[in-house]
Amino acid sequence: MKNTIAERISDFIKNFPPFDQLSKGDLYAITKEVTITYLEKDKNVYVEGEVPHDRFYMIHKGAIALKKVINSKQETIDRLDEGDIFGLRPLFAKENYATDAVTEEESILYSIPLATFKPLISQNKDIVDFLIESFASNTENPFSKELHGTLIDHRLDLVANDKELFELQPVRYTKKVITAKGETKIKDIGQLMKRHRIGSIIIENDHVPVGIVTDADLRNKVITGEHTIEDSASQIMSTPVLCYPKSVSISQAQLTMMKHHVSHLCVTEDGTPNSKIIGVISQQDITVMRGSNPTVLMKAIKRSKSTKELKHIRKRIMVLLEGFMEQNIPLTQTSKIIFELNDATVKRIIERCIQKMDRQPPVSFAWMSFGSQGRKEQLLHTDQDNGIVFESVKENELEAVRDYFMLLAKKINKRLNAIGFDFCPADIMAKNPKWCLGLDEWKQQFNQWTSNTGNDEILLSSIFFDFDITYGDANLTNHLSEHIFEITKNNHLFLSKLAASALRSASPLGFFRQFLVEQDGAYKDFFDIKKRAIMPISDAGRLFALSNHIKNINNTAERFERMAELFPEDKEFYLSCSYTSKALLKFRTKQGLLHNDDGRFIELSALTKEEKMKLKRCFKTIAKVQELIKLKYNVNNFM
Amino acid sequence: MLWNFKKKQYPDYWKTYLHHFEKKEKKKLNTSRFVSLDTETTGFDFYIDRMLSIGAVSIIENRITVADAFEIYLEQSHFNPETVHIHGILQHGFKKKISEEEAIQQFLIYIEDAVLIAHHAAFDIKMINQALNRMGLPNLKNKVIDTMDLYANTRIKSNFIDNRIRYSLDDIAEAYAINLEDRHTASGDALIAAFIFLKTTTILKKSKTFKLEDYFLKSNRF
Repeated sequence: MKNTIAERISDFIKNFPPFDQLSKGDLYAITKEVTITYLEKDKNVYVEGEVPHDRFYMIHKGAIALKKVINSKQETIDRLDEGDIFGLRPLFAKENYATDAVTEEESILYSIPLATFKPLISQNKDIVDFLIESFASNTENPFSKELHGTLIDHRLDLVANDKELFELQPVRYTKKVITAKGETKIKDIGQLMKRHRIGSIIIENDHVPVGIVTDADLRNKVITGEHTIEDSASQIMSTPVLCYPKSVSISQAQLTMMKHHVSHLCVTEDGTPNSKIIGVISQQDITVMRGSNPTVLMKAIKRSKSTKELKHIRKRIMVLLEGFMEQNIPLTQTSKIIFELNDATVKRIIERCIQKMDRQPPVSFAWMSFGSQGRKEQLLHTDQDNGIVFESVKENELEAVRDYFMLLAKKINKRLNAIGFDFCPADIMAKNPKWCLGLDEWKQQFNQWTSNTGNDEILLSSIFFDFDITYGDANLTNHLSEHIFEITKNNHLFLSKLAASALRSASPLGFFRQFLVEQDGAYKDFFDIKKRAIMPISDAGRLFALSNHIKNINNTAERFERMAELFPEDKEFYLSCSYTSKALLKFRTKQGLLHNDDGRFIELSALTKEEKMKLKRCFKTIAKVQELIKLKYNVNNFM
Repeated sequence: MLWNFKKKQYPDYWKTYLHHFEKKEKKKLNTSRFVSLDTETTGFDFYIDRMLSIGAVSIIENRITVADAFEIYLEQSHFNPETVHIHGILQHGFKKKISEEEAIQQFLIYIEDAVLIAHHAAFDIKMINQALNRMGLPNLKNKVIDTMDLYANTRIKSNFIDNRIRYSLDDIAEAYAINLEDRHTASGDALIAAFIFLKTTTILKKSKTFKLEDYFLKSNRF
C-alpha cells in the first residue's frame, strides 16, 4: 500500500544529519516504521535512570530540554529543537538514560526504532563518521549534546547556567556565509554588507577563502582616500584569513581573535585556508552566545534574519527575565527592559513582514497592541492582542486597502505565534477584519462603545482602551487617543458603567478570608491571579485615568503614580495601589517562570506563608480601591 | 452485485466486521483505537458523486503508527473534471486503483470497531455509507467523532465569537500551526485531523465534566 505519510516524513528527516546521507529507499524503510507522538508542554519523553526505549527520537515540531540533577538541583543541560535527534547514545551504549527529556513546548516527535536504523549504519560510512563524531564530542562533555542536527543555522540558544562547560563547547558558527570575488568593486562590497547587516565579507575563489574585507578595512583604507569605491576588493582585503576547523572551541576562537586583533574567523572543511569555506565565526556571535545581556540581545534582534532566530532570542529574553527576578531587580526597571526587548522583537517581525509583501503599504498605518502589552505589563509569553489602524481612505478604496493590511496582519500574527505569543482566543488580532480598521472606522467603533454601552461593550473597552503603538505612524494613534478623551470627557453614564465593571470581580478573599479558587476545569482549586487580582486593579487604573484625563499613560502603576501627583491628599493610598499593581505582576511573573506558563493560575498550597501574606495585603488594597469607586462613581444603578 | 436484505446472506467480510463489535468495548481516550480518516470525492452529491480515495491513520495510546496507515485509490465510474484541481486525482492516472467493493472490504478490515474521527465527519461517513448501501450492506456501526465539535469546544465561550461558525480544517490547522503541505490528499488530511484530535482532547480532558461519549455523532447525521 502506498504510504504518503511515510513519504512526507522522509521529506522532513532527509534535511537533517545523519539521514541526509541515506538513499530514498533506505529513508522510506525507516520512516515506514516511525511512530508519531504528540506531547503537551512539560511532559517527559523519558526520565533519568529509565531503561532505554527500543527507539530514539527526532523533533518534528516543538522543543525538548535535557535535564539532569546536578548538586541536587535540576539543571537544563541542553535544549534541542526541530530536526534534532535525542536518546540515541544510550541505545548504543546500552546504558540507562542519563538525563530527563522534557517537552519545553508542545511537541510532535518522530520515534524511530533502533532495529530499523541499525542495519543501515553498517552499510554507510558517512553515518558511522557522524555518529562517532557526535559521541566523541560527548565524552569530553558527557552530559551535553546528545546529538545535534547541524543544519540549524546561527543557533543562539545556549544554556546560560553551564558556564564551566561553556568554554570548551564548539562554537556555533554562521553557516550562511556571504562571500564575494576578489574583483568585486568595493562599493558593491559595501552594498552587500548593508543588505545583510554584517560587518565582514569573505573573499573567495573557487569556494576557498582568499581574504576578508571588514568594516575596519573600509574605514582605514577607503574612507581615508587610499582607495576609491570603484577599486576592487582584492586591493583592500586582509589576507590570508585565519581559518579553523568546525570543532574549534569557544575559548580558542576568542583567544585567537584577541591575539590577532581580528573580529572574524573563517571555518573551513579541514581548518586550513586551502579547503572549502563552511562558515564564519564573528566576535558578535561569541558575545551573543556568552551572555544574556540586554544590549547584546537587542543587537541580535535587530540583526535577526529569520523567525526561528527570533524565537531563540525570545527564549534568551526569558533567561534574562529569570535572572532579574532572582536578583530582585525592581520591577519597574525589569518591566521597562523586557518591554523594550519584546517591543523590538515585534517591530522586527513587522519590518520583515512588510518586506515580504509584494508592495509597500498603500497608506500610512500603525500597529497597535492592546491589553497587557498595551499597558507595558507583559513580561511572560501571553496571548497576543493587537490591531491595525490605517489612514482613512475614500470609500471605494477602503476594501482594497483593508485587504492589503489584513494580508500583512496574517503574516505578522502567524510569526508572533511562532515565536511564542499565542493566538488570542477571542480573535482580537489584526488579521480579524473587525480589528483592521481605518482611523474613522476606529473612531466610529469607540463612539459606539461609549454611547450605547452594554456589558459586551464594557468588556471590549477594557481591552481596547489600553492601546499602545508598536509600529508605524504615531499621528494615527494620537488622533485616536484625542478622540477617546473627547467622547468620554463628560460622559458620566459611560464612566459609571465602566466603574461598575471594575467592581465585577469582588474582593478576592472569601467570607472566611480564604482565597477564592476555581471550581472546575484544568485549574480546579487554583487561584486565578489575573481575573481576581490583576484585572480589578488595572480596571481601576483605567477608570481613574479616563475620568481624570490622564493621557498617554497606559501602565497601571504609572497611572496610580500620576493620580498621587494629582491628588496629594490621597497620595499614600494611590502609591499603595501602584505598589500593589507591581507586586501582583511580579507575583505572576515568578509563578510563570516557575511553571513555564503564563503564570495566571497559582497553586496556593505551593506558596509560602510569607507569600500568602503578601498577596493578602494586595487584596486589601484592591478592596479599598473598590470601596472608593463605589463612593465616587454613581454605580448602584448598574450593579 | 446486489445482496438480499436478509442477514444470513451478508458476505463473510461484513460478518467478520460485525464480529468486532461483539466485545462491546467501552471507548476510552487512553486505551481505545481511533481511526482518523478522510475521503476525497468527485463532489458533494451523495447520489451522483463517488469516492476517489480513502486515507486513514490509527491512534492508540495517543500515538500514530505510520506503518498502520491506510491509503487506497478507487476506480472511477463517475468523473467530475471540476474537482480535479482540488484533489489532483485523474480518471486514468497511474496510481494503483481498486474497485469500490474491494475498497470497502479493505476499509472494513482496517477499521474494525475503532472510533472514527474526521473533520466534518458526517460527510465522509455518509459517503462511505452510500457505497455500503449500493452493495446492499447497512451503514457503518462505528462510533464517529467530528473534530470540528472538539475544536469548537476548546474555544472560549465569548459573545465576540460567532458560535455558529463552521471552522474549516485550514482554520484549525492555522490556529494550531500545523503544516499544510498535504492538504487535499486523503492521507494528509487524515493526519491533520489526527493531530487536531490529539491536541483538542488533551485540552478537553482536563475538565472533570469531559466525556468522550458526548462527542459521538448521532447516527441520523449520516
